[in-house]
Amino acid sequence: MLLAKIVGTVVATRKDPRLVSSKLLIARPMDPRGKAEGGYLVAIDTVDAGIGETVLIVSGSSARMASGLKDCPVDAAVVGIIDTIEFNEP
Amino acid sequence: MQIAKVVGDVVATRKDENLTGLKLLILQPLTPEGEPVGRTLVAVDAAGAGVGERVFFVRGKEASFPFYPMEAPVDAGIVGIVDHWDLG
Repeated sequence: MLLAKIVGTVVATRKDPRLVSSKLLIARPMDPRGKAEGGYLVAIDTVDAGIGETVLIVSGSSARMASGLKDCPVDAAVVGIIDTIEFNEP
Repeated sequence: MQIAKVVGDVVATRKDENLTGLKLLILQPLTPEGEPVGRTLVAVDAAGAGVGERVFFVRGKEASFPFYPMEAPVDAGIVGIVDHWDLG
């Protein structure tokens, strides 16, 4: 899974019917120190996350196992809102 | 599967109900020489690992298999703690 910061939202009126009523968020993956890493991605929100929050994103086919996303055409889902990160430099 | 070092943990109170009770650890993948390689990631723990230990982990949907029949939404999971490894 990835740590990411929510930086925006996406609105799409015309979309796959299985995505109706899903909230789409723009996320920027980050490392445990909080430094942005890699490109942006769009993820489906399943935990009521908002802009500015640090979240946990599951990607690939596992994203469909998130609550309410069974058989949905998604490859990234926000499945947790991070409270704390404990990190020891390797 | 890949070898990694556990370098931290994350706490999330608000999360998918099928993540309840699972431990989330931060992993730094390692080369066979033990050097850090690539990006850190968050993995779910199915082996009782802790910070500082060397482990091996699976990526993809298989990471949820240790928790079957629960369908945990995870894409990386620790499945073993490494005692030692040898290079030929």
